[in-house]
Formats: sequence, C-alpha cells, structure tokens
Amino acid sequence: MSLLASAWDFYRANRPLVERAFWEHLRLTGAALGLAAPTGVTLGIAAAKLGRRAAFAVVAIGSLGRAVPTFAVMALALTLAGIGFWPAVIGLYGLAVPPILRNTFTGIRGVDPGTVEAARGMGLTPAQVLARVELPVALPLVSAGIRTASVEVVATAALAGLVGAGGLGAVVISGLQTGQDDVLLAGAVPIALLALAAQALFGAAERLVTPRGLRIGRGLATHEGRTT
Amino acid sequence: MGEIWRWARDHPDDIWAATVQHAEIVLLASALSVAVWVPVGVLLRGRRIPFATAMGAAGVMYTVPSLALFAMLVPVLGIGREPVILGLVLYSPLLLVRNTVVGLQGVPRHVVEAARGMGLTPRQVLLRVELPLALPSIMAAVRVVVVTTVGIATIGVLVGAEGIGTLIYTDGLNRLFLPPVAVGAALATAMALLLDALLLGAERILAPWAQAAAA
Repeated sequence: MSLLASAWDFYRANRPLVERAFWEHLRLTGAALGLAAPTGVTLGIAAAKLGRRAAFAVVAIGSLGRAVPTFAVMALALTLAGIGFWPAVIGLYGLAVPPILRNTFTGIRGVDPGTVEAARGMGLTPAQVLARVELPVALPLVSAGIRTASVEVVATAALAGLVGAGGLGAVVISGLQTGQDDVLLAGAVPIALLALAAQALFGAAERLVTPRGLRIGRGLATHEGRTT
Repeated sequence: MGEIWRWARDHPDDIWAATVQHAEIVLLASALSVAVWVPVGVLLRGRRIPFATAMGAAGVMYTVPSLALFAMLVPVLGIGREPVILGLVLYSPLLLVRNTVVGLQGVPRHVVEAARGMGLTPRQVLLRVELPLALPSIMAAVRVVVVTTVGIATIGVLVGAEGIGTLIYTDGLNRLFLPPVAVGAALATAMALLLDALLLGAERILAPWAQAAAA
C-alpha cells in the first residue's frame, strides 16, 4: 500500500504530465471508436444483407482476427504508418471495427423474419424496415459490440506509448525503463480504471437501449470480447 | 515481402528462440490456469451467490488491460516471466470457471442418479461421469484461453518476458523496422491457430461422443 501511496505522490507532483497522458489516451480512444463505429455498423448491415458468402467472410475474419495479437496489429500499424497520433488511431481502428461489425451482423441476422414480414406487409419500404424495425431490435447487440471494442481500444492505446504516440502507456514504459515502481503505477492504475469505466459506461448504454421485454438479468448474452 | 523473407532467413536462431520461449510461457500459463480454475469451478457449482461473486471479480480482472496488469505485478514479482504468467492465470477464470460450472450443470440429473445407483461414490461420479460429460464445455473455454494467451503473452516482453514479443517489440517496433514485426505477427497467429487445432483434435479423441462446442 505504501507503493500505491508513493504512486499517488508521484501523480500529485507530476499532475500535468499524467493528466496530459490521460487526455491523450482518451483522444486516441475517442478518435478510433468514432471512426470504427460507423464503419463497423455499415459493414455489418451490408454483410447481413448480402447473403451467404458475406456471412462466411464475417465468421472467417472474426476467428482469424482473434488469433492475431492486438500487440502485433498495433506494431504493424506503427511501423508501416510511422509514429504519431494518426498511425496509432489507424491501428486501433483496425482492432475496433471487427467486434462492432460482428455484433451488428449477428444482431440484424437475429431479427425474427416474421417481424420483418409483418413490417413489410404494413407497407414499409426496405429502408424503413431497416431503420424502424431491424436496427432498433439489433441495437443492444450493436452497443455490446461497441462496448467490447471500447475496452479493447483503451487497452491497446496503452501500447501506442511505446513509440512516443503518447497516452498513459508512455508513463508505464518510462516507469519500467527506469525501474521506478511509483511512476509505473501512476500510469498503470489509470489505464485499468479507464478500461473499467469504459466497460461500465457502455454497459449502461447497452441496458438503456435494450427494450424492457428483452431484459434478462444483466443485459443480453453477447459475444465475449477478448482481453488485450 | 522480399525484405521480410531475407530477414527471416538471416535470423533463424532468433526466431527459433522466440518461438520456444513463447511456447513455454503459453503452456505454463495455460496448464496452471486449468489446474487452478477447473477445480474452483467444481467447488463453486450449485452455489449461486459465491459463483456470481466470483464471476463479477473475474469480469473485472478480464477488463484490466494486460500492460497495466503486468506492470502492476512488477513491483511485487519483479521483472521477468513471473508477472506475465500470474497475469495470464488471473485472466482465465471468467472463461474457465464459468464453462466448468455451466458444463457440470448441463449433465442430466438422471445420468448422475444412475451412476449413484450403480454404487459409484460422489467422487467417482464426478471423475468418471460428470467431468467427462462437461468436457466439451470446458475444452471450449480452454481453447479460447490458449488462443488469447498466445496473443497477450507477446506484450510480456515489456516487463521482461522474452518470446515472440521480443521480435515484435525489441527487434521491430523499437527500431521501426518492419520485418521482425511481420514475422512475429505471423508466428503468433500460426501458434494460436495450431494450438487451437491441436486442442480440437485432443477433444475429439477424449470425448468422441460429443461435438465440439462453441465458447
């Protein structure tokens, strides 16, 4: 505990540094998620509408994507695109799209065909069916995908600090390199808290968009994310 | 591509060493995880509140990013493999304990009663009937744990656990040099897919009556 106290002291003494790293971390995360959410949802809808081959591609990309380490994806993006904010965002974007795509796809596919038929029968156009029936029903699963992606992005953004893209990871690395446990913890503890906050925040959003009739216990059973 | 091949051809020893070190960390962490969390699952089944509490705690652990988790273990365990292996074991209960409990709960009651009626002790029923029937569920978790462990273990290099991460970080990212990063990414992916296929094969042999279940 005295170690945590000294990490707290380090934070108090170096507040601007740690807080700048925190905001950098948040900006990296926000930019990647902000770009990945529309992409993942659009591609997920397209894949759900395009039939078998698209479905196969989604499953294949999903299981292959699980086997490629996030660290490797990030390192590839940074060595190819260079150091800095946007190269890091590109790597994070690449990691954030698949869970959102997969969940959107599963969500749209899972809509009861009878419901869609009924909506069509009432005279709704395909676009209206998508906007008023399919997307609202798929929304809990879509937001679960965004939650998974957000935790993954917060975690992986920490690796951006390795090559000077900033963020809280840079604080951890400088602590590791100099053997200063208090510095290391001043970076590591906020990363952990940020990931837990993202999980809680998007978990709450998920419950908010779940129609009351679909609420079973704590949210829906959704695709398990992976740790990073 | 040519540059990547050339680098790989010139560094077979580095690649081999990284692969072996990585496999050691993955196998040790996975074996420890199974040895610890499957028995915990057996103990927690049928106890709703302790199980729910344990799953809540496991979910929190699962959310903590690995760089942060490994780093937080360094002050206690020092630099090296230890914080990485302990960190990896701490990640796995969400899947392993849950799937053990779910698998055991899925064993039909009448099967257990028939086994008891044949004179098996509760311990024999567990080892000879319930655990074998829960195997597909447990193996599904083991496969996901092993695949994710291969990936997360690459980050271990940052706290001194050498392995494929050495290629990705020390040789590659640190110098912004692509070939070792690409080789490391391919190696880690291949190791994850290979171990997954091996476990699937093992499951088919151990539980030929059951189809592979999805996690």
